[in-house]
Formats: sequence, C-alpha cells, structure tokens
Amino acid sequence: MQFMLLFSRQGKLRLQKWYVPLSDKERKKISRDLVQTILARKPKMCSFLEWRDLKIVYKRYASLYFCCAVEDQDNELITLEIIHRYVELLDKYFGSVCELDIIFNFEKAYFILDEFLLGGEAQETSKKNVLKAIEQADLLQEVHTHIFSTTLIFLKKKYNPGPL
Amino acid sequence: MPAVSKGDGMRGLAVFISDIRNCKSKEAEIKRINKELANIRSKFKGDKALDGYSKKKYVCKLLFIFLLGHDIDFGHMEAVNLLSSNKYTEKQIGYLFISVLVNSNSELIRLINNAIKNDLSSRNPTFMCLALHCIANVGSREMAEAFASEIPRILVAGDTMDSVKQSAALCLLRLYKTSPDLVLMGEWTSRVVHLLNDQHMGVVTAAISLITCLSMKNPDEFKTCVSLAVSRLSRIVSSASTDLQDYTYYFVPAPWLSCKLLRLLQCYPPPEDGAVKGRLVECLETILNKAQEPPKSKKVQHSNAKNAILFEAISLIIHYDSEPNLLVRACNQLGQFLQHRETNLRYLALESMCTLASSEFSHEAVKTHIETVINALKTERDVSVRQRAADLLYAMCDRSNAKQIVAEMLSYLETADYSIREEMVLKVAILAEKYAVDYSWYVDTILNLIRIAGDYVSEEVWYRVIQIVINRDDVQGYAAKTVFEALQAPACHENMVKVGGYILGEFGNLIAGDPRSSPLVQFNLLHSKFHLCSVPTRALLLSAYIKFINLFPETKATIQEVLRCDSQIRNSDVELQQRAVEYLKLSSIASTDVLATVLEEMPPFPERESSILAKLKKKKGPGAVSVTELEDSKREGGELNGGGDRGSDTASTPSPSADLLGIRSAAPIGAAPASAGSLLVDVFSEAGSAFSPFLSLFLLISFHTMAKSLPPCPCIVCVWMAFPSFFFFFSFFVFTSMVPFPICSHPLSCGLSAPPSEDPAPPLSEADELLNKFVCKNNGVLFENQLLQIGIKSEYRQNLGRMYLFFGNKTSVQFASFTTTVSCPGELQSHILLLNVQTKPVEPLVEGGAQIQQVLNIECLTDFSEAPLLNIKFRYGGALQNLTLKLPVTINKFFQPTEMASHDFFQRWKQLSQPQQEAQKIFKANHSMDTEVLKAKLLGLGTALLDNVDPNPENYVCAGVIQTKSQQVGCLLRLEPNAQAQMYRLTLRCSKDSVSKRLCELLAEQF
Repeated sequence: MQFMLLFSRQGKLRLQKWYVPLSDKERKKISRDLVQTILARKPKMCSFLEWRDLKIVYKRYASLYFCCAVEDQDNELITLEIIHRYVELLDKYFGSVCELDIIFNFEKAYFILDEFLLGGEAQETSKKNVLKAIEQADLLQEVHTHIFSTTLIFLKKKYNPGPL
Repeated sequence: MPAVSKGDGMRGLAVFISDIRNCKSKEAEIKRINKELANIRSKFKGDKALDGYSKKKYVCKLLFIFLLGHDIDFGHMEAVNLLSSNKYTEKQIGYLFISVLVNSNSELIRLINNAIKNDLSSRNPTFMCLALHCIANVGSREMAEAFASEIPRILVAGDTMDSVKQSAALCLLRLYKTSPDLVLMGEWTSRVVHLLNDQHMGVVTAAISLITCLSMKNPDEFKTCVSLAVSRLSRIVSSASTDLQDYTYYFVPAPWLSCKLLRLLQCYPPPEDGAVKGRLVECLETILNKAQEPPKSKKVQHSNAKNAILFEAISLIIHYDSEPNLLVRACNQLGQFLQHRETNLRYLALESMCTLASSEFSHEAVKTHIETVINALKTERDVSVRQRAADLLYAMCDRSNAKQIVAEMLSYLETADYSIREEMVLKVAILAEKYAVDYSWYVDTILNLIRIAGDYVSEEVWYRVIQIVINRDDVQGYAAKTVFEALQAPACHENMVKVGGYILGEFGNLIAGDPRSSPLVQFNLLHSKFHLCSVPTRALLLSAYIKFINLFPETKATIQEVLRCDSQIRNSDVELQQRAVEYLKLSSIASTDVLATVLEEMPPFPERESSILAKLKKKKGPGAVSVTELEDSKREGGELNGGGDRGSDTASTPSPSADLLGIRSAAPIGAAPASAGSLLVDVFSEAGSAFSPFLSLFLLISFHTMAKSLPPCPCIVCVWMAFPSFFFFFSFFVFTSMVPFPICSHPLSCGLSAPPSEDPAPPLSEADELLNKFVCKNNGVLFENQLLQIGIKSEYRQNLGRMYLFFGNKTSVQFASFTTTVSCPGELQSHILLLNVQTKPVEPLVEGGAQIQQVLNIECLTDFSEAPLLNIKFRYGGALQNLTLKLPVTINKFFQPTEMASHDFFQRWKQLSQPQQEAQKIFKANHSMDTEVLKAKLLGLGTALLDNVDPNPENYVCAGVIQTKSQQVGCLLRLEPNAQAQMYRLTLRCSKDSVSKRLCELLAEQF
C-alpha cells in the first residue's frame, strides 16, 4: 500500500498515512486531487478505480471516506477488507466510533493504525491482538484528570453524526 | 466504552481542537492557529522548564496544526526530548511527531537515532515496537544506515517477542524498499524463510510481506519458501472456519495470509517437485470449489474475503498458464461474476478475464462471454466498469470476432464517455488494422471512426490509414471513392477533410472516370470545405491542389485561378501564402514532365511499427500492451502493409544521392531520429515550420529519393539539379522581400533567441581546417564531437546563398537552451556590410537523438575574405557548451562559371596585367595529383574548367565571375602541376586584387 487517507464528505482530511517518500507538496496535491475524484463519484459505483498508475480502493462509512492506494499487483478486495478491519478496530476502541472521535483523538487513530499496518503491509490482522497491544500501552499511561471528559461527551452528543 | 476513559486526555488539546472547529472562516482559523503557535513558542522558549505532560500537549498541538495543512518549523527538539521520556505516552507522542514531521537536520537525526538505539536495546517490547514503528514510518536513508544491520538480528533472535518480530519484519521491508543496498543478505535470510512455519499467525502474516519482496529481487536465495508456502496454504485452505480463531474473518480462515501466500507463489514458476505441485493444485481446486458453495454469511465482508482469495488464486493460475483445466474453470467462475449484482465483482471479473484472454488455453473460453461483455459495455452505469469491458473486448478480439467487436465498439463510441473516447478510438483503429482481411472494411472502419468521433481521432490514426492506403494498390480506388462519398456530407470533420485531401490528391484519378466524381467535381468538393478548415488543413489542401494539376491538366486553369486570388497569394499566414505562391509558379513554369516527377505519387512507406500502437503504449505506459500483442502486430502488420517487401529492400540500399542529399540520407546525422515514428509525420511536421514550402518540397523529393533509393529513378536528382534556380530564387524572394515575418534585421550579427549569458568562445583551432574542407564542396559534415554533429547542405546562385544547418544531438539526453549565433568577424567594426546573413532562431530544446535544422540566407554584398562565425551554445546535463566554428562561406561560392575560347582567355589574361591583380603561389602537393581528382576540385570551386586553352595539356585553366551585390569580379586561374616534383604553381588574375589574394590563399590548401 502506498498511502491511506481518511476524509469527510466535505473533503476535510482526517487522517493521512504515507508509506512512500513524497514531498509535502506532492502529498497535498495527491490528497486534493483524489478527494475531489472520489467525492464526485456516485454511491453504488465500483469501489475501485485506476488513478495515475495506482489502484484506488475506497469505501464510505457514514460521513467518512476511507481510501487506500495500492500497487498494480495488489488485491483490491482484500484491501477493502483492510479498510473494514481498521474501522472495526476504531469502533471497538472508541465504542461506536464517529468522525469526532477521530478528530479529537487523532493520535490514537494513528497508534491503532500503526499496530495494524506497518510500512503499508498488514502487521497483525487479529482484532484481539491489536486491541490488546493498544490496551497494554494505555495501561502504561499515567492516570490523568478526567475533568474534560464531560466536555468531550457533550461535544460528541452535539456533533455526532451517528456511528460510522 | 466512552472515548475519554481511554488513555490520558489532554484537556488543552481538546479545547484547542474544538476552538478550531468553531471557527467560522478560514481567516478566523488562521488567526486562532497563529495565536496558539505564538503561545507554544513562548512556552518552549520560556525560562521555566516544561514538565513532560505540557511538552507532550504542545507537541501534540503542533502536530494537529501540521495535519490541518499548516507549516510547522519548530518543536522538533521538544519532540526529540520526549523520545527519552520514561513515560510511555510522552515517548509515543514524540515518536508520532518525528514520524510525521521528518526533519533532515543532521544534529536532530543523530539525537533521534540515539533515542531509537536506546529503545531497541531496552528489552522492553512496547518500547522496541515504538522504535521499530518509527523507523518503518520514516524509512529514511540515514535510518537505514544506522539500523539496517541491527534489525535482521532482532528479527531472527530466538528470544524476541512475537509482536517485536512482526514489527521488525515490516520495518526491515521498508528499509529494503528505500535502500536495498544497505540491507545485506546473510545468514539471517534462511531463518527468515522459516518464519513461514511460525506458530504465530501474526508473525507469518508480517514475515511473508518481507519474504515476498526479497524473493522478487533474489528468487534463488529464497526458493525454499515455495514448498513452505504451499504447505502453509494447504493447512489454511483445509481448516474449518473456526480453527484459526481470531484469524478467521467472517468465517473465512486467514484471508490476508492466504492472499499473501498465493502472491508469494506468483514470484516463482510452478513447483518442480510433483508432491508439492499436487498439493498446490489441490489447494487451488479447493478454492475454486468453495466459490460454488453457498455462503456461510450474508455479510459482504464474508464474500469479499472469500473472493479476494479466489481472485488471487486465479492470478496464480494465470501466472502458471500451464493447467488448462484450472484455466477454464477460472474462466467459468469469472463468467459467473460478470453477471453478479455486486459492481465490484463485475469490475474485477472483467479485469481478470483480460489476462485470461491472452492465454492460449483459455482464450476460447473467454470468447464465449462476448455477449455479456458487450452488454456490460452498453448497460454498466459506472464508467470505470465500462472501461474494463472495453479493455476485455479488445483483449478477446481475434480474426473470428473482429468485425462484431469493432462494430460494437464503434456504436458504443457514439455515446461513450469523453474520458475514454480517445483510447477507444485507438483501440478500434488497431483492431481494424490488425484483423483486416479486406481493406475496404478497414477503410470503412477508419472513416466511420472519423465520422463518429473525429475530435478524438489523433494524428497517428489518420496518418496510419494514409500509410496503409498508399502501400496497398488494391484499396486505393475504394478509398478514393469512399472518402469522396464521405466528403459529400454537409458537415464533415476536419480530419475527414485531411484524409480526403490527401487521398484524392494521390488517387483521385482512380475515380475520375465517373462523371459524378470528375476531376472538377472532386476539386470543387474539396474546395467547398477549404474555408472552414484550420491552417494546417488548408496547407494540406493546397498540396492536394497542386497534385490535382498534375493528375488532371484540365483543372489547371481553375486551380491556378484559386491560387492566384488574394485570399491565397496574399494570405496573412506565411505558410499558406508561400505555398500558394510557389505552387502557382510551379504550375505555370514547370513542364509537364517536371511536374509529373515532382508531384509523383507517394512511394510506399517502409514498414514500421504502427504509429497507433506506439501511441496506445505511450498512453497506457509500458507494459500495457503485451509483448505478444506487439509481435502479433508486427507479424500481421507486414502482411497488412503489403509494401513490406518494397519498403524493406529500399531502406537498406545506400542512396547514391548521398552527395546532394547527403545530410538526410547518407550521413549518420541524417538518421532522422523521429523516423522511428513515421516519415509521413516527418513530412508534415517539417511542413509546419515557416520555411516549409520550400523545405517540404525538398523533403518530399528527398523522401522520394530515399524511399526509392534512386538507381531505378535517378531522374529525381536531375530534376532537383536542373530545377533549383527557380525554386531557389523564388523562395528566396518570398523569404526576404515579401513576407513580413520577423527576420533578424541586424545584418551582421544575428544573435538569436535569448541573449547568451556567456561570450562566444573563440573559434576552434581546427576551424580553418574544417572550413577548407568545404571550399570545393557544398554538402557534408562540418563538425562532429561526442555530443553534437553539424551537417551542412548549401546552394548558391549568383550573389545569393542558402545554407541548411543540421544540428544532431548524438546523446540520449536533451540539449537545453540551444542557441546559435552567426556573426561576421573583423568587419563588424568597420560597419561595412560584406556579407548579409539572415536566419531565424532555432528551437531551444534538442531532444536526445534528435536533429534540428536551421536555414541561413546569405547575400554577398561585396567581396570578403573572413568567413562568418557560427557560435553554438547549449546546456548538456547542466554544463554550458560553447563552441565557435567558421561557417564555410567562402568567396568562391559566388562564382558563376564562364566558358570561353582560347584566344578570349589570353586576351583577358593580358588585360589583367597590373601586378596587384595577380596572385601566385608555388607549393607542395598535399593531396593526390590525380587528374580526375583535380578536375573534380576545380569544378567544385565553381569556375568553368576550360579545355584546349593552355598549350600545355598538363595545365588547368579556369574562368568565372564572382557575383556580389555591388559588383562582379572576373577571375582567371591557372594551375600548373609538376608531378615529378610534387609541386604546383597556382596563378590567379582577378579584376579585384583582394579577390586574387584570397582565392590564392584558399586554393593553396586544396591541392
């Protein structure tokens, strides 16, 4: 896999992971072009498209688009399921995940992705094992004040566009 | 489980993020961000040491700002500090920041690498994993240098935790991809292969990606993986859906690992070991069988995972291309998917069938689905699926179904999406050519193509139909008739007019017998389209008209009338004006014989790869058109071109026209690099330049001579030689006086293009020597080094000259900023014009292997002795090349030979008796004293060689008049060889003493 992008229906990038060296400028251009291309597609269209010399595999979950760019010899269907497994992982971790979780806890979204995919390849496909690794890490963390938890729950209620 | 109960929260970060989200405008957002950046900067710079938590929070904010798309230029040091924190979350944020915002500051990299090294040796698996993730995410060369030898050790060490092994495997993969030279194979490689046997499925999943990549580069070293992969695959395929616990995904056992195992096997040929092969075939059969079983779940994830394995298995079957049974089963399975309700499956089935179509075992099976595929092309709602259907139709096309497929593609073109029309047009054109049995069908198809999708018919397509019509006698009449009919449509595409103009111009005579398509009707039909066409098409039509004059003398008056009208002969477009003027003159001056030779039917094109196929390849990138396809088309192209026989033998015969047209046909410089494309294209593209009418005829003729290789048809050369005065003068006249295009008006220095930044280099030391080679000849290679070759062809008439310079790039690299400057040295200061050299700038880019040309118009105002200088500057790989040569323009070029009898000669000789008028030199022979050689040289000089004048038959006498604008200079020459002494005495008497002196100097070097 060459990169993975998460973006909203409004075209805002929510997460970007690049597995090939590209300059900042190129990354911005690719994201912009691709977001535009995919948002222009109608629902029910095929999840795969040829784009430059890459194959794009994408799927929409609620308000978020998940999009992967893979190489010519890569398997489209299994990439689609990579996306799904990542969504499952987020869902399990955040508890019916929504776009806001990913906005406010973007660093967690990156950590979970790193446990699942590394260098663009599947590192661990077992849901249990990935979550175990993340939870172990969480246990290592200092106990911290939870005062703002109320704020976040409030925000989540206010903006939540529904579970993914 | 609410989000906030997880991990640690950073209240400040959450507040900041919600602030940003509340911003109503982009400006407000930027303002808020700038405020935050200022705050963070002051915290980082402040005297008070920040605690780990604050540092983490601020680094995290910076990261957020960066991910929003803003630049971040500080905070790296704080992030690096976090790496050495004992607190996991701080370390984690530090690593995340580093991974996302890699900085090439070397001091920082040293610190980062140190921190990573510490974590790798910490024996704390979570820390080790973090460090490995960071290396894998950054993957820079510096990191590869630091860790490429360390990571294989971690990967194969017996006591490494599984999770660390997984990270290490993929980390190594990333380093191998970025810096393969730094990852050295060694003892670890064999142990890596055995990770395929690991008990932990996660380890196998991670390791197999690494093994696949390494196997592709070093297949021999890793070939033991084949049997291991087969047995692993076999265990997974035969396991029950619950056996693999958490590695079962929606009732499918280990789909990711299965796909990767099948992928790994595609790096190798079928296993040689019978048992292994048997086991593998069994696996593949099981996978195909499972596709027929009822699904264990209705969820799309189940079917996707199952089918992912199925498609990967089919890829392997196609890769082996040796099991007819499996290939046909695969094809049937894909056939079912073609009608599946899931768009994704239809898409993939079409795509996969494309590769099946190229296998001899399954080609026929694929063809049975033709109706379904045609239906998909018509009814699919998603353009990307329709595109796949078109690809598949193209791939399954052969002689048996070509007519049906081409017809379907043509009818689809009428409504096809704009995005794929051009490619569709190319494909139709290729299929029509490749499978044409009768050429009338081919011509019909291409003309239909132009009619339906004229805008998308690229030059290559219509060039090609012309190439084929010209090479096939049997289709020319039909083609003429068909284009004639097509042109009768009230609105027809400009490409149709081009093809029509070309074909009627060449073969209109074949249908002229029918009164409905008599010559005048044909001409009027073409001319009715003229005013709606663009300049290049009009130019082509003008050429068709002059061809008409030759084909049908009865149209001459009408056509001359058209050429003579103001809208042609005074057209504001240089190209059109010049063609009109020249064609008009040509038609009124030249005899019918000359016309017939100049405007002779185009000779067959040498066989070459279809320009369309080349275009499709370019469009789709290398690999898009399979090798077999190319070979096919080569094989069948020969048959189709028909002219193959004629074309190929002519191409190999060296042309005796070398002297006249040496530059293009004989000298290596004339290897016309673009000709790999098409000569037809060359002719047209040349015709696009401002000098073209003259040049295009020149090229047309040179093309004729080259293609026909002359011995059977030397007359063309004769024509060219007998004819130039008209051509030459005429175009010169048009060039200099009538046409208002921007020629450089400063007569002496024609500095062209961008003013050169560097002064011209002094003339090369061998410049005089090079110049001397051209005193007695006009054509040849003036200069050559490793980069550049400069060829010259020149013509002189009275006091005018035209010189073609051919600059050939001998390298494969582009020359940039290519400029040439012609200047007349010495005399520049005196402000007296001796020689007027005019030219136009050349294109600043010369592609590798390409040749460009430049035309110089020279007018001799008065006699001169110094040759003009030609300075060439260009950039080759960044380095400025700067060289100066002497242009071989010498006073003798303006000689007009004068024949005279013996007593006239001596009378004039006596008249030129003033001592300054005579120049004499006695010198040693430098070259052969052979009579014929000497005669050739003296003729090359431009003078008349007079027989029976000198009482001594061994001596040579010559006479000529040098034409300059201001005066004529009569010259007499006497050369007395002394074979015994190997010496010459050369005497010159001219009406102007400076001329005698200069000629004497020049000639002394020639003999």
